[in-house]
Amino acid sequence: MLSAGRSLSAKQTVRRLVCQSWCAKMFETLTERLQGVFRNLSRRGKLRPADVDTALQEIRLALLEADVHYQVVKDFLETVREESLGEDISRSLNPAQQVVGILNRELIVTLGEPAPLTLVGEKPRAIMLVGLQGSGKTTTAAKLARWLRGHGERVWMVAADPRRPAAAEQLKVLGDEIGVPVFFDPKLSPPNLCEAGKEEASKGGASVVILDTAGRSQLDQPMMEELRDIRDAIHPVEVLLVADAMTGQEALRIAQGFQEPLGLTGMILSKMDGDARGGAAISMRVVTGVPIKFIGTGEARDALETFDPNRLASRILGMGDLRGLYEKAEGSFDMDQAGQQAARLLQGEFTLEDFLEQLAMMRRMGPLGKLLEMFPTGFGGANLQVDGNVAERQLIRTQAIIQSMTSDERRRPDLLNASRKRRIASGSGTTVQEVNQLLRQYKQMRRMFKKAGKRGMTGLPFKLR
Amino acid sequence: MEGNRWRQALARTRRTAFGRLASLVGATDLSSAFWEGLEETLVQADLGIKIAQTLITDLKEISRAEGLTRGDQILERLHTLLLRSLEMVPNPEPEMRPLVIILVGVNGSGKTTSAARIAHRWLSSGDKVMLAAADTYRAAASEQLEIWGDRLGVEVITGQSGSDPGAVVYNAAQATLARDVDVLIVDTSGRMHTEHNLMAELQKICRVAGKVIPGAPHQVLLVLDATTGQNGLAQAQAFTDAVDVTGVIVAKLDSSARGGVGFAINSVLGLPIQYVGFGETLEDLSAFDAEAFVDGLLAESETVPRHEFPAPNPHSINSNS
Ligand SMILES: Nc1nc2c(ncn2[C@@H]2O[C@H](COP(=O)(O)OP(=O)(O)OP(=O)(O)O)[C@@H](O)[C@H]2O)c(=O)[nH]1
Ligand SMILES: Nc1nc2c(ncn2[C@@H]2O[C@H](COP(=O)(O)OP(=O)(O)OP(=O)(O)O)[C@@H](O)[C@H]2O)c(=O)[nH]1
Ligand SMILES: [Mg+2]
Ligand SMILES: [Mg+2]
Repeated sequence: MLSAGRSLSAKQTVRRLVCQSWCAKMFETLTERLQGVFRNLSRRGKLRPADVDTALQEIRLALLEADVHYQVVKDFLETVREESLGEDISRSLNPAQQVVGILNRELIVTLGEPAPLTLVGEKPRAIMLVGLQGSGKTTTAAKLARWLRGHGERVWMVAADPRRPAAAEQLKVLGDEIGVPVFFDPKLSPPNLCEAGKEEASKGGASVVILDTAGRSQLDQPMMEELRDIRDAIHPVEVLLVADAMTGQEALRIAQGFQEPLGLTGMILSKMDGDARGGAAISMRVVTGVPIKFIGTGEARDALETFDPNRLASRILGMGDLRGLYEKAEGSFDMDQAGQQAARLLQGEFTLEDFLEQLAMMRRMGPLGKLLEMFPTGFGGANLQVDGNVAERQLIRTQAIIQSMTSDERRRPDLLNASRKRRIASGSGTTVQEVNQLLRQYKQMRRMFKKAGKRGMTGLPFKLR
Repeated sequence: MEGNRWRQALARTRRTAFGRLASLVGATDLSSAFWEGLEETLVQADLGIKIAQTLITDLKEISRAEGLTRGDQILERLHTLLLRSLEMVPNPEPEMRPLVIILVGVNGSGKTTSAARIAHRWLSSGDKVMLAAADTYRAAASEQLEIWGDRLGVEVITGQSGSDPGAVVYNAAQATLARDVDVLIVDTSGRMHTEHNLMAELQKICRVAGKVIPGAPHQVLLVLDATTGQNGLAQAQAFTDAVDVTGVIVAKLDSSARGGVGFAINSVLGLPIQYVGFGETLEDLSAFDAEAFVDGLLAESETVPRHEFPAPNPHSINSNS
């Protein structure tokens, strides 16, 4: 067993197992790419300009593939370059880690601190949601209403979209579901409707009223005029741009196009549950200077999270949402069991039973595709990303192979001779080659765990937060 | 020509073709500023840095081989190059009846609106059309399609909220046969391409359609939001892996975005663009026209002056990392 002095909690061990056994093998991170660039660099003194420039080329590609705006990338790299050249190579980090560190720090600075909603002044306080068509305003209105109610507010919503077919109906259905009153009157123009809604909410004792406006292009002058009229009539405490995390280069001008006439107070990045890198957030933040307040992570009413710049920075860099992964892992692992298992694994007692159990845990964490998104991806571009479905199918086959073994065989894989392998292959609907491949993988993992056990936490490819 | 409506819509949001680039042509011909400006234009159109770099390498090669020295010559070649890459013409509209069309895509991309617009197209060519609201998940999704159905005078088959979308498709396919419908258009709920279960649901929807009407679905159209960045490729890849996508609809081309990822999808995955959407009314959809699309791609792309970027707040570094 692990001695207490090692101070490795079960949680940490599980994290490490998950991390080492999967990400280290499957993905190349930006750090690793840069490691290649820096391979020949001497370990002493400052980073050399030529080396930094080569590294910046890689970083540039990564940022552009993450949809950060072209000009923003250019400015950004200039800063990272200056910072990198000024910095001494520290003894504990290699140059690649160091540049990624600087990059990560700059990204976090740029993304800004998470800011709370400013709910001040006379009640009810109005929150106005604006954005392009289909960006997620109506859904976000309901999520926000639910979130605010959870924080003790009395919330009303106003359906200020008389244009899109069934837009008000959509908000009403959502309001009914979460028990939040919705005001709508098809006879009124949106500014008048918002005023009437706010008044009604006030009479109803609301402390917050959320205005769900119609989607519009920032180029549409009359429609932007309408938003200004609403703003001037209501004096909202928050004007929030709801933007799709999948947005490309145009994010910058979209954000600017809403910021200039309206004066945004913040942004909400929706649809972060997909596998978009979310580089648009950087562009929008740079051009508006207003904080990102929440992110949307699904269609469900509770899929709203406060913004965390660390997480988004890792994601933009293709280093994966490691923290999200850990949280997921924590939710689906039996910690005691996992801890005991982990302890054995680290002493090199890793059997195929353990392997099977690990696979089962992986599968309990949800569809593998979703899980894989949270891992660091190399930055080969979206089309080169690992296919979750293929991985999931492989996982199922692997499980089938192990399940076709007797428990003796699982504990002592060296029992597996040719005829046993043939039996297992036909029992699991696979081939002997696949069985052999699995055994090779298993042995490799066993070696890795043993090494990890000796090395302690330093073997981790990523910093744990 | 229906391409005209599209061009008019674009004219509202685009300025001259080659906008900013055109200004680089002249004294500074084929300077590094020219090539960088070209790269910037291509990247900002959301073509992706890889395609942009490939195009530029090709153009440099061409300029060497043909001895070109002027920027306007390069832009001409670029135009040709892009057009040639888009040669992948949309599949001809299928002739068989009943014809089953299924619209798929991520959340909010424009599926429902496009379903209505496609219904409008088939109606105007004299076909009897039916709509199926196979989005039983999103709040008021059926109601949205029903309103479009009312406006079009087209029957809409719906299901209970939260019910099995496969059942809606089954009923709709049966009704199609029973009522001699020519074209059945199925609107599905938006789904992230990364959600394994939801992609499996889509496969089931297609299977159900095929069970009732052999050969169905005849068209599976992926609806892509023109403002989407490089993630569009991952979307297209995942939807193509799951079901037999026959083409792409690039919706919201009237936005300020150029829809370059539609080009990337076309050239990387070989998926033809079938239609483009450029507004919220029934008329705002037209068959794909490569010329108009390429013109739109290269239209003016202003840069944001540097001084407009506010400096990041130095106090906002998170200390817990
Ligand atoms: N996966 C996912 N889907 C989301 C998220 N937020 C919104 N959606 C979905 O995106 C689609 C569009 O959302 P809406 O709330 O209708 O968008 P909207 O901005 O109100 O649209 P318009 O009113 O037409 O401009 C719906 O299918 C939502 O369920 C999110 O965070 N994740
Ligand atoms: N400007 C513009 N808006 C569009 C276009 N196509 C759709 N929209 C708008 O985009 C928003 C979303 O469109 P929907 O058709 O509801 O999108 P969807 O894909 O069905 O959305 P979900 O079912 O929620 O996933 C609506 O406000 C539409 O009016 C287009 O071509 N141009
Ligand atoms: Mg809405
Ligand atoms: Mg829809």
